[in-house]
Amino acid sequence: MSEKKIDPQACPIIAKHIKVALVGQPNVGKSMLINSISNAHLHVGNFSGVTVDKTEVLFDYKDYHFTVVDLPGTYAFTDYTIEERVTHEYLCAEDYDIIINVVDSTNLEKNLQLTSELLTMNKKMVIALNMSDEAEKEGIEIDEKYMSELLGVACVKVSAAAKTGIETLINTVIEVYLAPKKDAKLIFSEAVEEEIATIISYLQKHKYEARNSYRNIAINLLKENKKTYAKLHDDPIWTELQPILIEASHHIELHHNTDDIKEAFAEEYSAFNRGIVTEVVKQTQQLESKSLTEKIDSILIHPLFGIPIFLFFMWGLFQLTFTLGNIPMEWIDGFFGWLGETVSPTISNDDVRSLVVDGIIGGVGAVVLFTPNIIILFIGIALLETTGYMSRVAFLLDGFFHKFGLHGQSFIPLVTGFGCSIPAYMSARILKNDRDRLLTLFIIGFMSCGARLPVYVLFAGAFFGADMAGNILFIIYVSGAMLGLLAAKVLKMTAFKGVDEPFVMEMPKYRLPSLKLIWHTVLTQTIMYLKKAGTFIAGAAILVWFLSNYPHNLDLEKAYNVKIEKAVDVTQKAKLENKLAQEELEQSYLGRIGKFTEPLFEPLGFDWKMNVALQAGLAAKEVVVSTLGVLYSMGSDVDETSKSLADNIRENIPFASAVAFIVVIMIYLPCLAATTVFAKEAGSWKYAVYLFIFTSVVAYSLAFIAYRVTLMLT
Amino acid sequence: MKKLLDCHKGEKVKVVKLNASYDLKQRLISFGVMKEAVIEVLEHAPKKKTIEIKVGKMRLALRDIEAATVEVEEI
Ligand SMILES: Nc1nc2c(ncn2[C@@H]2O[C@H](COP(=O)(O)OP(=O)(O)O)[C@@H](O)[C@H]2O)c(=O)[nH]1
Repeated sequence: MSEKKIDPQACPIIAKHIKVALVGQPNVGKSMLINSISNAHLHVGNFSGVTVDKTEVLFDYKDYHFTVVDLPGTYAFTDYTIEERVTHEYLCAEDYDIIINVVDSTNLEKNLQLTSELLTMNKKMVIALNMSDEAEKEGIEIDEKYMSELLGVACVKVSAAAKTGIETLINTVIEVYLAPKKDAKLIFSEAVEEEIATIISYLQKHKYEARNSYRNIAINLLKENKKTYAKLHDDPIWTELQPILIEASHHIELHHNTDDIKEAFAEEYSAFNRGIVTEVVKQTQQLESKSLTEKIDSILIHPLFGIPIFLFFMWGLFQLTFTLGNIPMEWIDGFFGWLGETVSPTISNDDVRSLVVDGIIGGVGAVVLFTPNIIILFIGIALLETTGYMSRVAFLLDGFFHKFGLHGQSFIPLVTGFGCSIPAYMSARILKNDRDRLLTLFIIGFMSCGARLPVYVLFAGAFFGADMAGNILFIIYVSGAMLGLLAAKVLKMTAFKGVDEPFVMEMPKYRLPSLKLIWHTVLTQTIMYLKKAGTFIAGAAILVWFLSNYPHNLDLEKAYNVKIEKAVDVTQKAKLENKLAQEELEQSYLGRIGKFTEPLFEPLGFDWKMNVALQAGLAAKEVVVSTLGVLYSMGSDVDETSKSLADNIRENIPFASAVAFIVVIMIYLPCLAATTVFAKEAGSWKYAVYLFIFTSVVAYSLAFIAYRVTLMLT
Repeated sequence: MKKLLDCHKGEKVKVVKLNASYDLKQRLISFGVMKEAVIEVLEHAPKKKTIEIKVGKMRLALRDIEAATVEVEEI
């Protein structure tokens, strides 16, 4: 490698730095391997522009600094999922020294499909034959020396789980790094080899200058590799080369009886791989006719019992997330409350105190508050994924969800949405395909989250009385979910129109979960959440705090403070304080927006107070009840159970307006925190704008219909 | 021609041709579903909306529409 020829004396740090790209198909044990190699420094980040997690591990071994980049698992370079695209782009464009290709020894032939594509990358490479412990148990023997020889690439047997061969692997990486680059031996059928030879001799004749070997260039040209094409396209030799290539493709396609050169090459690779496997793999014991996985599958994806079993697991996870999660949530809530109270007397300036206590501590507290939920949910999802059960879920539910244009795995984010939209948006990551994921993200909000419950309870109680309220709640939740499915169908037919993305998915072997691996994944994802979302959410909370607190009206405050001081008893004092809060909110930016938008919401029967409550609810649904409390002021300490507020609402809000109000609450944006997470997960703020428009339009139209219909009926 | 979708549970067949669109074909190929590959049908989801197959040592799930694009023959 030309750029690495730096005098070691002059620059010892760079000279001894080895950057490794870890590549492999999904589920081959890459995460576990990176875990076994080192626990020392874990760096988590995003690949630029996308939300795929990037794990980097830094460690020192002998005299070398290693940086290992864990690239997302990919079956082949088809650029189908974000993961595949990220990996492909990284391998082609980034600067790294060596590839470690992790393969599953128990299924070598399938894994070699990716390996053979990597062989033409013109990079140094080491193959890690992982899961060698499992292979041994299954009676699979691999002759790694012979395999190294056949491929021209060093192969090392390792087991990430049993921690064997790891040191040999690292030593081999150093050896390969120090040695000059060798060409890999990838041999094709006669027809293809003939064409490769033609192209090579042509390149030789014209002394074409390139970093990659002529052979690799020839292979990439025949494979119609876009990058190689682009490079040669601007070269004068292209005009002569092109007809040669066309001729060559014809020849190869004819040979393979297809009109698709990629298919022809896939068959070439597959034949080569089969050859390698027959040479180096020995099956010493015959496998049982039915593997353990197949036995488990016959229960878990049973046409009748499969779905009930899954629903039971889901119910358990859901219970854990929102009951067990509530315990630390109370502590966290208590802690931030305490922190606010402790900090506030130490700040004398009113504005600064309010900013620190209500804005920053309140905002950051809101972020941290969700962490227990998120951790439990991530543990659940990590369990589902590492055991291999997740794919079975998709298998079972795809039939139903596909009717609505969704994917079987959409079920998990959607159900999570009933608890809290934030973990729901994050769990949509399990959907590997962009469009499936986006569509799911767009309808998660229709699943009413826990924070909306107080509003529903308040209104249902106010208008229907205690005995009916439960049924009303049920109707609200169910109709929300049905609306969501309908919305998915509509979006699928309009904004996400087009042919269905193919659903072809591996059903991996069942495996016992590894505690360490789960800990690692959960830790990584939690740090990501706190780091990325935390900054956004805290910022958004501060913005809302600002809008609802400014501008101050000093005259108003003075006038009230005089009155409050003069007040004789406590209730009168409270009343006055509340009135002050109401008037201050009325003239704050948020209040002004509420007033300003009054005409817009008139067709729904809302007064400006309801507007303000709804708009404050954009920040968080919990705020809706407290804002209504302040605005329909009765007693300063308002919650959904306070009798007086319910009475007040019944007296002040017409029934039809209340129905419309509930409809809006059901459909519009869950909260600012969730919206920021949505934007991160969807990959762009553009989508957050779309989501805002989409939910607002749907909420408005349906609320209007609900309002009119209720008016007619009552 | 017989399609993969028409196969019953437990049947073993050989792939003759992929009639899929470009994307799907690439996807199938990257999983080893290509000409000459031997496939075993393992399981059907309710109403045959999704099927589980075995290619080599790998188990794969496909939708009915996708399974209909794979032409197979008995072996
Ligand atoms: N028996 C055995 N299991 C392993 C080994 N390496 C990984 N696994 C298991 O294989 C599964 C997938 O591993 P993971 O690291 O998540 O794969 P990744 O998708 O490539 O990152 C997990 O359940 C691991 O516990 C190994 O060397 N031996």
